Amino acid sequence: MTRTLTHLERLEAESIHIMREVVSETAKPVMLYSVGKDSAVMLHLAKKAFYPSPPPFPLMHVDTTWKFKDMYALREKAAADAGMNLLVYRNPDAESRGINPFDHGPLHTDMWKTQGLKQALDKYGFDAAFGGARRDEEKSRAKERIFSFRTASHGWDPKSQRPELWNAYNTRKAKGESIRVFPLSNWTELDIWQYVMAEQIEIVPLYFSAKRPTYEWEGGLFMADDPARLEQVLGYLPEITERSIRFRTLGCSPLTGAVESEAATLSEVVQEMLLTTTSERQGRVIDKDDGDASMEKKKQEGYF
Amino acid sequence: MDKTSSSEIYQTDALIAEDIDAYLAAHQNKSMLRFITCGSVDDGKSTLIGRLLYDSKMIFEDQLAALESDSKKSGTQGEEIDFALLVDGLAAEREQGITIDVAYRFFATEQRKFIVADCPGHEQYTRNMVTGASTADLAVILIDARKGVLVQTRRHSFLCRQLGIRNIVLAVNKMDLIDYDQSKYDAIVADYTAFAASIGIENFTAMPISGFRGDNITTLSANTPWYVGAPLMTHLETVELDTSRDAAKPFRMPVQWVNRPNLDFRGFSGLIATGMVKPGDPVRVLPSGKTSTVKSIVTFGGELEEASAGQSVTICLEDEVDCSRGNVLSVADAPPEVADQFEATIVWMDDEAMLPGRAYLLKLATQTVSATIQAPKYEINVNTMEHLAAKTLELNVIGVAEITTDKPLVFEAYAENRALGGFILIDKINNRTVGAGMLHFSLRRSQNVHWQATSIGREDHAGLKNQKPLVLWFTGLSGSGKSTIANEVEKNLNLMNRHTFLLDGDNIRHGLNKDLGFTDTDRIENIRRVGEVTRLMADAGLIVLTAFISPFRAERQMVRDMLPEGEFVEIFVDTPLEVAEARDVKGLYKKAREGKLKNFTGIDSPYEAPEAPDITVNTVAMTPAEAAEYIVRQIMPLK
Repeated sequence: MTRTLTHLERLEAESIHIMREVVSETAKPVMLYSVGKDSAVMLHLAKKAFYPSPPPFPLMHVDTTWKFKDMYALREKAAADAGMNLLVYRNPDAESRGINPFDHGPLHTDMWKTQGLKQALDKYGFDAAFGGARRDEEKSRAKERIFSFRTASHGWDPKSQRPELWNAYNTRKAKGESIRVFPLSNWTELDIWQYVMAEQIEIVPLYFSAKRPTYEWEGGLFMADDPARLEQVLGYLPEITERSIRFRTLGCSPLTGAVESEAATLSEVVQEMLLTTTSERQGRVIDKDDGDASMEKKKQEGYF
Repeated sequence: MDKTSSSEIYQTDALIAEDIDAYLAAHQNKSMLRFITCGSVDDGKSTLIGRLLYDSKMIFEDQLAALESDSKKSGTQGEEIDFALLVDGLAAEREQGITIDVAYRFFATEQRKFIVADCPGHEQYTRNMVTGASTADLAVILIDARKGVLVQTRRHSFLCRQLGIRNIVLAVNKMDLIDYDQSKYDAIVADYTAFAASIGIENFTAMPISGFRGDNITTLSANTPWYVGAPLMTHLETVELDTSRDAAKPFRMPVQWVNRPNLDFRGFSGLIATGMVKPGDPVRVLPSGKTSTVKSIVTFGGELEEASAGQSVTICLEDEVDCSRGNVLSVADAPPEVADQFEATIVWMDDEAMLPGRAYLLKLATQTVSATIQAPKYEINVNTMEHLAAKTLELNVIGVAEITTDKPLVFEAYAENRALGGFILIDKINNRTVGAGMLHFSLRRSQNVHWQATSIGREDHAGLKNQKPLVLWFTGLSGSGKSTIANEVEKNLNLMNRHTFLLDGDNIRHGLNKDLGFTDTDRIENIRRVGEVTRLMADAGLIVLTAFISPFRAERQMVRDMLPEGEFVEIFVDTPLEVAEARDVKGLYKKAREGKLKNFTGIDSPYEAPEAPDITVNTVAMTPAEAAEYIVRQIMPLK
């Protein structure tokens, strides 16, 4: 008796197939892990793809030192649970210059994330890196291939992308070139949430509403995750108020806007997402840097 | 938007607000449909996709606000919202107002999740349409109601048919601009019906729509009371899926990865291409043909009682049979074919035209082999479906050709099995995906010609001569000194009691290759034949010296790949063009410069110098005798 596979089953099967192709055809893959919900789903799929073996590659977090404390806690636990080696990389240049989102604006993302990622990939000699990006996130992502080639200097050229037919992926590359692989390309935000629910995947508690210390900065609402450091960098302590907040997306604490919310369970979070009237990345400051083509420009420079 | 559809959206909102768990339960069991939209810029394709996203509530307020401001700035619809702006992604495209690459869009209803491949309609982008069509269950072919069936409609339909899309929707768009005129609509459908039958499309579903006004998109429109079919969205929600059909076919699973966490566990991981499998099923491993029985289907969530097409699983067998990546697990009594010569439809996707005879990598499911393509039997004019004579395939050209692979492939006809019949072609040097193809059938000669095993092997031949076979492959420009140096080397080796043979380019062209000229294709065939002869001589135990310009890296690599590791020695006779031209022993450069000799290497035909030759001799600094002595010392080090 044939049963029609559900959309989640098909998405899962596709992601697993992609991961197995990478492991079979590349020399040294790594999974980039940002501790967000997409990363959590990607890691879960990796466990499934290779079970009963542990995923045959390390997890790597390109850190900015400005992530939420809850994220750092889950990062260690998730890697241990999966039986994977966790690599944490911080751009030493950004560290020594004390680059932070308040004083340095776009340079913060460029140095910690874009340059940090390039340095980390070069340091370990990874030739393939899994990333949790989805095509529904942003316009230029909609056209990116699942296997996205980068030159030896990590550049992306949208005009010379390889055609990608059926599920026959061309993984060949010259020495020094690398591939960014996006196994979640065809997932949407709703798919991710449904899968988190169905598979009971552990995610950072910040996605759920709770009373948290907040401050307002340049018109946005942020969480005071580390007030002492905030005061140190800003030179003063902004007014901190307890509010019931949560996050739709997680990045650096001073760059990720909170939303006031009462959604404290998974289904309430999904409910809020479905009824919401603004898109997911809206809370992120990073996309607005250079107007409309911001993300495309970042990717050409090597941002994931 | 009309009243019915907005109230439907309201009801969905109400369910989300009042009973989110019921809503989620309903959405947990959606199926998934992948489709493509084909049409030109003017057919309203982007507008239709924008409409589908909008009507299924996939557009957020901030996107809508941005869209409204964009519409006023660069839209083509005056003060109204230009949905097309939603889906034109890259900055360059937005500026030019055209879609230049495949973009994937997502929306969902309670029945299904949809992935739309938005494909450009321009002829030069056949490559993108083929890419989008390769994963689609269904195609929406858009027609501008004012224009009817156009050349591009035929092209899109033909490509969809070639890529095996079974469900075709003919969406006659912009009905609002012809006042919803039924007779005009009927005439278009009749026109298309005749054409579709001529290219083998047996069924299609036609519907009158307006992407801009929303007619017959989510609900039936009051403007077309004469239309008796379903609205587009309903059709998309209910049409039969390819995965359901695939599950009814015989079981096949290309093995991606052997899962071996410890000595007690050995599982074969893969995505099931067709059919179903359960523990106890007899299976066969292809190409070896060995049989076993399924012991278990292992997944992270526990062992499965059965699995079907579209699932990624790990299968354990009862017996210790050889099975690795590239093999195919199949139902035991109806295995797929194994062959090394095929006829296939090929779509060329690279700026550099196909070179018949050149070896490309061919990837089919999890198998990667070296493959050469013969000169095409014909190319197909995608506008008229005429078969035209062709010597090669250029970018965006489709043709039919025979393919030979260096190892047997497990395959099925593309029409039967997309996963085991669709392949990509990869350039061995620059790694680009240069083409894609659909296998038709294996050629009889490959089924009937078997390798005859002989008792005296190459080691026996070489052993008797007390030497190790070698191929000294001299490459360089005409007049560089290849033949002279090779001749000197052979004299030295002969004095050392070595059994040798020298194959010279000009001499071979007097006999074996006298039917070949100097086009790129003939040059490749020239080297292929010489490669085969060289291999036979090396098998006979000889040290073979060859003196051919052999201008292309790919063919020198092809010969290297024919021989056992370490037997191919590439010797680059490095003479600058000016020096070779100044020597001009045979007067050929002069003729070439005067235009009396075409396709002359270095003049109007390229020479690709070796990137990492085993030996390089510089003929400006060395005499032929010195060069020969240097080479002999490299290959026969003094003990």
